[in-house]
Amino acid sequence: MRRVRTELWLRRWLVGIVVCLGCLAAGSPANAADFDRQQSLALTGVEWPAPEEVWEVVALKNYNTRLVVLSTALLGVAAGLVGSFLLLRKRSLMGDALSHATLPGIGIAFAIGASLGGTGKSLPLLLAGATVSGVIGVLVMLAIRNSTRLRDDVAMGLVLSVFFGIGVAILGMVQTMPQASAAGLESFIYGKTASMVKSDFFFIASVAAVSALIAVVFFKEFTLLCFDDDYAASQGWPAFGLDLLLLGLVTAVTVIGLQAVGLILVIAFLITPPTAARFWTERLPKMMGISAFIGALSGWLGASLSALLPRLPAGAVIVLVAASLFVISMFFAPARGVIGRWLRHRRLRKKVNRQHLLRAAYELLEARTRQNGNGKREMPIINVPFSRADLQSKRTWSPRELARIVRSEIAMGHLEDAGEGRLRLSEEGFGEAARITRNHRLWEVYLVKHADIAPSHVDRDADMVEHILEADLVRRLEEELRDRDAWIPSPHLIQ
Amino acid sequence: MNELLKSMSPVGDAAGEDLSFHPPDVPLAIHDLTVAYHRKPVLWDVDLDIPEGKLVGIVGPNGAGKSTLIKACLDLVPKTSGEVGIYGKPYKNQRHLVGYVPQRESVDWDFPVSALDVVAMGTYRRLGWFRRVGKKEREAAMAALEQVGIGHLAHRQISQLSGGQQQRVFLARALAQDAKIYFMDEPFAAVDAATEEAIVKLLRSLNEQGKTCLVVHHDLATVSRYFDWLVLLNMRVVASGPTSELFTPENLEKTYGGQLSLLNDAAKALSHATR
Amino acid sequence: MWTSFDTWIVVTAALCAVACALPGCFLVLRKMSMMGDAISHAVLPGLAVAFLITGTRASSAMFLGAAIVGILTAIFTQWVSKVGNVDRGAAMGIVFTTLFAVGLLLIVRAADNVDLDPGCVLYGAIELTPLDVVKVGGFDIPRAAAVLGTVLLINFGIIAALFKEMRLSAFDPALADTLGFSSRFLHYLLMTMVAVTTVASFEAVGSIIVIAMLIVPAATALLLTRRLIPMIAIAVGVAVIAAVLGHASALTVPKWFGFDTTTSSGMMAAMTGLLFGLAWLFSPSEGLVIRWLIQRRGSDGLHEGASN
Repeated sequence: MRRVRTELWLRRWLVGIVVCLGCLAAGSPANAADFDRQQSLALTGVEWPAPEEVWEVVALKNYNTRLVVLSTALLGVAAGLVGSFLLLRKRSLMGDALSHATLPGIGIAFAIGASLGGTGKSLPLLLAGATVSGVIGVLVMLAIRNSTRLRDDVAMGLVLSVFFGIGVAILGMVQTMPQASAAGLESFIYGKTASMVKSDFFFIASVAAVSALIAVVFFKEFTLLCFDDDYAASQGWPAFGLDLLLLGLVTAVTVIGLQAVGLILVIAFLITPPTAARFWTERLPKMMGISAFIGALSGWLGASLSALLPRLPAGAVIVLVAASLFVISMFFAPARGVIGRWLRHRRLRKKVNRQHLLRAAYELLEARTRQNGNGKREMPIINVPFSRADLQSKRTWSPRELARIVRSEIAMGHLEDAGEGRLRLSEEGFGEAARITRNHRLWEVYLVKHADIAPSHVDRDADMVEHILEADLVRRLEEELRDRDAWIPSPHLIQ
Repeated sequence: MNELLKSMSPVGDAAGEDLSFHPPDVPLAIHDLTVAYHRKPVLWDVDLDIPEGKLVGIVGPNGAGKSTLIKACLDLVPKTSGEVGIYGKPYKNQRHLVGYVPQRESVDWDFPVSALDVVAMGTYRRLGWFRRVGKKEREAAMAALEQVGIGHLAHRQISQLSGGQQQRVFLARALAQDAKIYFMDEPFAAVDAATEEAIVKLLRSLNEQGKTCLVVHHDLATVSRYFDWLVLLNMRVVASGPTSELFTPENLEKTYGGQLSLLNDAAKALSHATR
Repeated sequence: MWTSFDTWIVVTAALCAVACALPGCFLVLRKMSMMGDAISHAVLPGLAVAFLITGTRASSAMFLGAAIVGILTAIFTQWVSKVGNVDRGAAMGIVFTTLFAVGLLLIVRAADNVDLDPGCVLYGAIELTPLDVVKVGGFDIPRAAAVLGTVLLINFGIIAALFKEMRLSAFDPALADTLGFSSRFLHYLLMTMVAVTTVASFEAVGSIIVIAMLIVPAATALLLTRRLIPMIAIAVGVAVIAAVLGHASALTVPKWFGFDTTTSSGMMAAMTGLLFGLAWLFSPSEGLVIRWLIQRRGSDGLHEGASN
C-alpha cells in the first residue's frame, strides 16, 4: 500500500513541477524593454543589485531570465532523476569523465560549422558534436573495463584526461580560425547562462523533459539493473543495453548542461541532488522526487543569482546552491542525516544507561532481601533506601556519569531522594526495575539455552519477552530461572 | 521500436531450437562445458545430467568452479565451449522455468528499497517492459515472504535486516518467480541456525512439489542430510549421483585431493552420516 | 625549426610528467585514480585564497594554499563518505565540484586586480615557460623547470625512502596498520605529493596534463608488467616519451589540417592516450591482439579435442 502511494506521489510531484515550468514558459510574450534591462544588468558588476531587481529575476518577470532560469530548473529535474540511478549504479564519477570527453566533439563540430561557412556557433551542432565524442568516451571506458585488468577508476581517469587533452589541443587549433574569437567556446568549460534565444530554450527544455520522462518510464528496469545486474541478466533483461540507455541519458543531460553549468561542474548537477535526497528517505520513488526537487531548486536559485550577478560564472553559483542543499540534507535530514543519527544514538545510550541503573538497583535490593531472609526462596523483594556508593559498586560508572543518570531518573520519577544522601526506587520505578531485570534474565537464559535458534530474535529493548517469543518458550525459560533462584514474577501477568 | 523491444523481451516467446542431445524431460543437461577467465580455465569439459525433482548439492573445494558452473548455466559468464540445456532447450528460451538466488555479497544492501520491493523483482520478468508492480505482484511477493517466515519484515529497508533475513529475502524472490528449477549460490553461507533450518524446510517443500534445486554448498558435515543428489566438482565433475552412493571417502579424496583438514572434516561427516 | 626553446619546453614537460608518474603509480594501485582529478581541480580555491591574502603570485604562498586545500579535499571526501554514509565516488564528486566552484568565484573576484585566469589553471602556458628564467649554478634555467625538478626530486626521495611501506599499504592497508605503518599517514602523504605536484605544474603545463600524467603512464605500465619496480620504471618512460612526442606533434600535426600550432599540454595528454592504446593492443601478456590469437588457437584446440 505504502509503495503505491509513494510512486503516485513521485508522479504527481513530477507532473506538478513540469506543468508549473511549462505554464511559466508559455506566459507573457517577449518584452523588448525587459530585454534591454537584462543587458544593462550585465554591466553592473559584482555589486549587489537593488531589492526590486532581485524580485524581478526571482519572480521571472524578465523574459530572457525566464528562459534561462526555467531551462536550468528543468535541467535540474532531469539531472536529479537520471543522477539517482547513476548514483545507485555507483558510477557517479563516470559522468565526470563523460563531460570532459565532450570537449573534442565541441571543437570539431565548431571547426566543421565554421569551415562550412557559418560562424560555427550553432548550439545544436556543437551539442551534437559533444554527444558524439561523449558517447565515444563512454564506449572506450566500457571497453577498457571489460577487456583489461584495470579498474573503473583508472578507465574513468584515463578517458577524462586524454579526451580533455585532445579537446584542449583541438580548441588550440580552431581558436586560430578567424571566426573563432566570437565563439566563446570556453563558456562550455565554465558555463554561462547570460542569454539564450528561444530556439535554444526549446531545444534544451525538450531534451531535459524527454530524459526525465525516460528515467521515470524505465523506473522498474533501472531499479533492477542498479540493485542486482547479474540477477537482471539472468532474468533476460538486457543489462548491457539498459546500462547504455542509462549512460545515454547521462550524456543527454550532460550535453544540455554544458552551456549552463560548464563541463567541469555539470557532474555536480548529476551527483549532488540525488546524494542529498538519499539522506531524506529509504524509498527510491521518494528519493527521486526529492532529488528532482533539489535539482530544480538549485537550477532556479543558481540561475537567478547568476542573472543578478552576471560576472560570476553561472556554473559555480548553481553548484554552490546545490552544495548548500547537500550540506543541509546531510546534517538535518531526519531519516539518515548526521544529527538525526547522532540523536538516535544518544537516546539509545541514555536508555541503556537507565536500564543498567534500574537493574543495578533491583539486584541490590534482591541481594539485601536474600541476606535478611536467610536465603529463603521467593521472598517478596522489599524496597529499601540505598546509597550512591552501593550503586557505584555494581557497575563501572564514573561518579559524574552516575550523578547524571541518577538526576535524570529522579526527573523521570523512577528514583526518590530518601534523605541523608540516600536514594530509593519510587513505586513506578520499582515496577520498571523488576520488569527490566526480568526481561534481561529471560533473554540471557534464552541466549544460553537456545543460541541455535536465532540471535536475531533477541530484542533487549522489547517491552515484554512474551511479545516476541512463544508463550511455551517463555514458560520454559522461567522454569530455568526458578531453578537458578533468579526468577521474578512478571509485573504484567497479574490478570 | 516495438519490434526491437520484442526482440529484447525478457518474456522470450521464441520457440528456440531443440538441442538434440538434451532430452526435454531433463531439467539440466550440460554437455562439454568449458569456461575460462582470461587464460585460466575454471571448468573443464563438464558433462552433467540432473534428473527431475532432486535436491542437488554442488560440492567441491574453494576455486573448484562451483559458482562459475551456476553462472555459466544462466549465461552470466561466457562459455568457451559446450552447451547447457534446460528441459531440452537453451537457457535463453527457458528463463521462465529458472529461479536464481545469487550470493548475498553480490548486491549493495544499503539500496533504498524494502524487502517487499526486492521480492517483487521476482515478478518483473512476467510483467515485462514498462508495466508497474500491481496488487497481484505485491500479493505474490508477500506470500513468498510469508513462506520464508519473514512476512512481518516486508516494509523494512533491506539494510535493517540481519544476514540470515537478507538471505531469506533472496530466497523469497526466487520463490516469487514460480520456477521449476532453482539455482542457489551458497545460500547457507554465514546464516544463523534458524535461517539454515528455514532454508532446509523450504528446499524440502520445493522438493515435494517436484521442483529441482541446485545448491552450491560448502559444509561437508551437512551435505548428506540436506541433499539426495550430489555433484562433486573440482574443475571437472568428479562424480554425480545419489548421495547415498557418492558420499564415500574415495570420492571425497578425488574431489579434495590433498586438503587434509577438509578430509578430516569429511571423515567426521561420514561417520556422522553412517551413524 | 627545433630551437633551444623547444628543448626547454620538452625538458620542463618531461620533468613534470615524471614527477606525476611516480605518485601516479600508487594512486592507480590504491584504486584512487579519480583522486588525482579531484585534487587537481580542487586546488583552485587554495590558489585564490593565497593570492587574495598575499596579493602576489609568489610561488611559496600559492604552494602552501594549494597543498592545504589538496589535503582538505582528501579529508573532506573521507569525511563525507564516512560520516554521511555516502558512496566514495559521489563524495569525491561533491567535494571537488564545490571547492572548484568556490575557487572560480574567488578568482573572478581577484581577477579585478590581476591577471589570474581560470583558463591558465587548466591548460597552462607551457610555450611561455622558457621566457621566465632563474640562475642556478651559473646557468639560465627556466623557473618552471627548476621548480618541477625540485618537486621531482622530493617525490623520488619520498618514494625511495618509504618504498616498502607504500607498497605494503597500497596492497593491504589493514596489514600495514597492524604492523605499525599508519596507512592513513601514508594516504595523506600521497595526497600531499599529488597536491604539491599539481600546483607546481599548474602554471607551467596546466592541471589537465597533470591528471593525464598521473594516471595514464601508470595504467599503461600496469598492462605491461605485474611487478611494482618495473611498473614505476615503465611509467616514467612512458611519461617522458609522451612529453617529447606531445610537443613535437603540437608543432607538426596541426599543419596537416592547415592550422599553425596548438597547445603542447593538450597534445601531451593525447600522446599518453596513444601510448596507452598501443599497450592495450600489443601488450605481450594481455594485449587484445595476443588474447585474440590465444582464443583462436584455444578454440581450435578444443575442437580438435572434441573430434578425437
